Amino acid sequence: MKLTRRDFLKVCGGTVGGVALLGMLGPESFLEAAPIDIPLRKRIGEKTTICCYCGVGCGAIMAVESGKITNIEGDPDHPINKGSLCPKGEALYELANSERRLKSVLYRSPGATSWDEKPWDWAIERIARRIKDTRDSNWISQDKDGKVVNRVEAIASVGSVFTNSEEAYLMTKLQRSLGLVYIESAARICVSSAVAANTESFGRGPMSNSWIDLRNSDCVMVVGSNAAETFPVAFKWIIKAKEKGAKLIHVDPRFTRTSAKADIYARLRTGTDVAFVGGIINYVLDDMEQRPENYNTEYVREYTNASFLINQDFKFEDGIFSGYDSSSRSYDKSSWQYQLDGNGNPKVDKSLRDPHCVFQLLKKHFSRYDVDTVCKITGTPKEDYLEACRTFAATGAAGKAGAIVLSSGACQHTQGTQNVRAYGILQLLLGNMGIAGGGINGIAGASNGLGCSVQGRLFHWLPGTLSSPTADQQSLEEYVKANGNEAYIVSLLKSWYGDNATAANDYGFNWLPKGSGNYSFVPLLDAMHSGTIKGLICWGMNPAVSGPNSSYIREALSKLDWMVVIDLWETETAAFWKRPGVDPASIDTEVFFLPAASSLEKEGSVCNSSRWVQWRYKGIEPPGEAMDDLWITNRLMLELKQLYGTEGGPNADVISGLTWEYGDSPDVHRVAKEINGYDLETGQLVPDLTKLKADGTTTSGNWIFCGSYTEEGNMAALRDPSPGPFNIGLFPKWAWAWPLNRRIWYNRASVDVEGKPWDVNRPVIEWDSLIEGWMGDTPDGGWPPISISGKYPFIMKPQGRAHLFGPGRLDGPLPEHYEPWESPVMNPMTSQQSDPVLKLWNWDKKGTPDKYPILATTFRLVEHLHTGSFTRNLPWLVELMPEMFIEISEELANETGITNGEKVIVESARGEVQALAMVTKRLRPFSINGQGKIHQIAIPWNWGYMGLSKGDSGNLLTSCIADANTGIPELRAFLCNIRRV
Amino acid sequence: MAKAMLNDVTRCIGCRACQVACKEWHDLPAEQTTNRGTYENPPDLSADTWTKIIFKEYGNDGTFRWLFRKEQCMHCTDAPCVNICPTGALQRHPTLGFVTYVRYKCSGCGYCIEFCPFDIPRRDKEANKLLGTGLMGGKCDFCFDRVSNGLEPACAKACPTGAIKFGEWEDLVIEGKQRVQVLKETHPDANLYGEQELGGLHMLYILDEKPEVYDLPVDPQMPAAATALNVGEWAGVGLGLLAGAGMFGAAMIARARMIEKKEEESAEG
Repeated sequence: MKLTRRDFLKVCGGTVGGVALLGMLGPESFLEAAPIDIPLRKRIGEKTTICCYCGVGCGAIMAVESGKITNIEGDPDHPINKGSLCPKGEALYELANSERRLKSVLYRSPGATSWDEKPWDWAIERIARRIKDTRDSNWISQDKDGKVVNRVEAIASVGSVFTNSEEAYLMTKLQRSLGLVYIESAARICVSSAVAANTESFGRGPMSNSWIDLRNSDCVMVVGSNAAETFPVAFKWIIKAKEKGAKLIHVDPRFTRTSAKADIYARLRTGTDVAFVGGIINYVLDDMEQRPENYNTEYVREYTNASFLINQDFKFEDGIFSGYDSSSRSYDKSSWQYQLDGNGNPKVDKSLRDPHCVFQLLKKHFSRYDVDTVCKITGTPKEDYLEACRTFAATGAAGKAGAIVLSSGACQHTQGTQNVRAYGILQLLLGNMGIAGGGINGIAGASNGLGCSVQGRLFHWLPGTLSSPTADQQSLEEYVKANGNEAYIVSLLKSWYGDNATAANDYGFNWLPKGSGNYSFVPLLDAMHSGTIKGLICWGMNPAVSGPNSSYIREALSKLDWMVVIDLWETETAAFWKRPGVDPASIDTEVFFLPAASSLEKEGSVCNSSRWVQWRYKGIEPPGEAMDDLWITNRLMLELKQLYGTEGGPNADVISGLTWEYGDSPDVHRVAKEINGYDLETGQLVPDLTKLKADGTTTSGNWIFCGSYTEEGNMAALRDPSPGPFNIGLFPKWAWAWPLNRRIWYNRASVDVEGKPWDVNRPVIEWDSLIEGWMGDTPDGGWPPISISGKYPFIMKPQGRAHLFGPGRLDGPLPEHYEPWESPVMNPMTSQQSDPVLKLWNWDKKGTPDKYPILATTFRLVEHLHTGSFTRNLPWLVELMPEMFIEISEELANETGITNGEKVIVESARGEVQALAMVTKRLRPFSINGQGKIHQIAIPWNWGYMGLSKGDSGNLLTSCIADANTGIPELRAFLCNIRRV
Repeated sequence: MAKAMLNDVTRCIGCRACQVACKEWHDLPAEQTTNRGTYENPPDLSADTWTKIIFKEYGNDGTFRWLFRKEQCMHCTDAPCVNICPTGALQRHPTLGFVTYVRYKCSGCGYCIEFCPFDIPRRDKEANKLLGTGLMGGKCDFCFDRVSNGLEPACAKACPTGAIKFGEWEDLVIEGKQRVQVLKETHPDANLYGEQELGGLHMLYILDEKPEVYDLPVDPQMPAAATALNVGEWAGVGLGLLAGAGMFGAAMIARARMIEKKEEESAEG
């Protein structure tokens, strides 16, 4: 007879006497030794993937049993994370097995109060119909000046920054072929200003070095970033550098988990980065004069525009640069340009003494940022500030390396571009660009933010960051005249239009939509709010939480005729029509909610912040009826092609003729090869971008990815763990970096004019005169050294020189401190209170210090990603960070009577949020310019009204007021008030 | 050779990948938590939370620091819980050195909870309800299965910054001492915690402040009662002792569970 446990207990308790039982208990049962070996309770996986969360790009391994993922842990072979992961990565198991995932197509008809389940076929047919009807009845073939524009403004697309690059490419191909111009993603509101700044300073936008390369640094300054939380695994390499003696400086309004590890924590009032870094620039310029031996003056003189002479009309007076027009609130930049010689080349003074040379203008401008003035603006304790200046300036010597790490904390300001410009100027003066352990790093906060952006998920870019055509470019010739890149745009057009693209028809250039204005995220919201945009396709983005002034966005969504949401979870955006406080019956938007596959359920490549294109494999099937984005895009396009084929419509031939042969179940490798491109004469994959031609004999869907998938195979899938040349951690055969597998950008600045490394211990490249070739990393420009070729290292800038003085941005050639749009103080520098060209939108109410005396900033947490759409659905992460809260100082708590853990209401001119107060010593009031105590609080933006953990969204408080260059809103500095509930 | 983990608090960024990794490997459910005005969560160790990071705001203004320390079973060499455990549920691994816990043998007497100098063991509230008596909840098992298969414990593997290292006890003590020497230049109170304590802990700490700052007991001792009730002596004294002090029922259940387990195994076999 077999006794169950219950039976046995019954027997013990009821019928068997105690004495009898005692007899059964031999001493061996107590003294039995612990087992020596036991089997593993789970399998260790072997299928590799890349984590779906941040831009570090960690590898993970999946154990798959009976179609389920039973274990996921860090990939021990992966050179970036070496087996480790952050808490989000460790919780991938819950993502793979979540019961909260969307498993079928849901549909919400206008005015309905709940979802209905629908079949895929029904949804795709109806969505295609709605797209076609909206497109056709709102088609704009010519603008008011009669220029051919072939566009539609009534349909917008937002997202994604998480989907695979091949999927993002296909989405762009579909949407551009339909004529969409409102194509935006979270990248716009996250870090676009850093891209604008770095492009001005060095020629390219993204991160210059790699995460692993941080280990080579002598000093890492984390500014405008909470790297320990936003890039936790990258912090591994900062800790490694520290253990070799490097210093970590953290500059931030809040004392965070990053500050906890810093050698120097310099706190500053939010929105004052330009003053802070401007002061370091001033310190360096002074010190350089007194102790030139401590700096690489040759680098500054030869590799930057320090010696170039600027137009004599250039002026800067009381906060305004020359050329300002107050009526249009814009600058005429002509006085910011170089003086030219007879040949049209800039005049130079290599002695750097001419009062009009960039170096002297820089000195004059930044001399105003003396230590006392800076600390009066930033509120930084003077000793901390000076120590930060001294420590980072020490990386200026040749052979020393200093890295800057930033993320959206630096970028989400009206001064976002100029903040990062200031970092760029500092790095150039210190000779820190192009070298190992240097650079400007960080930036992309999403796992494929960079990959998706460079596949054209932003309005101003086609794939490969080629400029989107504008209405004034009526021919390919005019486009090329404005933008160059002829071989790349022709190869793109050949990829899209195939045999229909011929030299005679400009390769179909005029089939691309031409824009006539600004289609960035905030104007997109406005167009949605005003009814211009009638249909929205939202790919894995959650603007109802991530966007500025969230209630405005939620209202704008309510005005749509239809919306398609493709996501893993029921996000706040998908469910906007049933949000708290609204009657669903009053909202007429038709909503299609398509269940998407997660990164673990599909194959494709993903590009991390340091441009590594890494291949990830499918672990399991998506849950229920969920499908991957590639399938959804393909299915939708096939439906549209059929509709236009049978019914016709504006430019129907373009849609019908678009190359689109991926089959019913699209093969991601076929798309990846299209992105790389073919030589049409040989039929072979193009080996690298230098082989692309402007004569229509090559295709390439994305020229910067050319070389990623060649006849030798899929380079993104490479997994050779050898560290590569000079042992500085390039890992050149692990995955592939765009372009040309170059791992450290601007690396020709790491050598002198003869090609000898400044730093013999950490060379990146070196000229070998015997073989007449470069050793090390892929050189940034393959020419011989400057002494032979005359080719300067910043090859994307007109003269090969990096821009200390940047004449190309809209808000000034040099960074200048202005107060945030909402500020509790008057600008101590000039009478110009805020940025004279910042983007104002008429719907944002402005708060004033009398009503809203407290300064606020927003932040995010390591436990929750962005809007929390993933992480607030995963119990292990909710356990760690269960509820919406705000951080306030003990001083403010004392003044207001707020106690730790108490519910409070924070109110701004835009809205209010309820949260728990976390009273902490990590925040302290500032003393600014003798104006007494300025309190500052901090608000995470990771919460919303859906998910396991619900809470008010921090962005209900923020405004859309934005940076002039890129339209990134000022999410990190605004005024508020706080009260007990 | 005895193994150990070394928690270098100076490298810890408080990200808590270790907490989640522990739950993932051991299939431990999430706890319902609230924000209590601190990042630290769950509030306490439990049957479902075997390790957690303690967050501590320390000092003021110019000296202010935010400290993180990993809390878990210390795996003492002279472990009071092993000495006191009447059923052998807690034992010291003969070669690897850490303290194993075999749940089905646990009678729920609660002595380990009472005598642990580090206040680590917790009752399993669910089991308590079910059986009407206390069963000790799970505790850090040093990822016994992983370690005996040549892998690192899940938390050590997960740690992004190398703040949790796994290795030979002797090697980690040497490494810890070297690191402390370096740290002393900037942190005069830096110390290696766990080399001497209770015959040597298998959870070692590199601390940059005194142990008490990190809520660790200074010079923890084997409680006299734990020595007196050493399980080895128990066997000599005989089973008569069992009859007293309400231990009998607990032992009975332990026995029942053991038999059940063996039955299950033979049924599967």
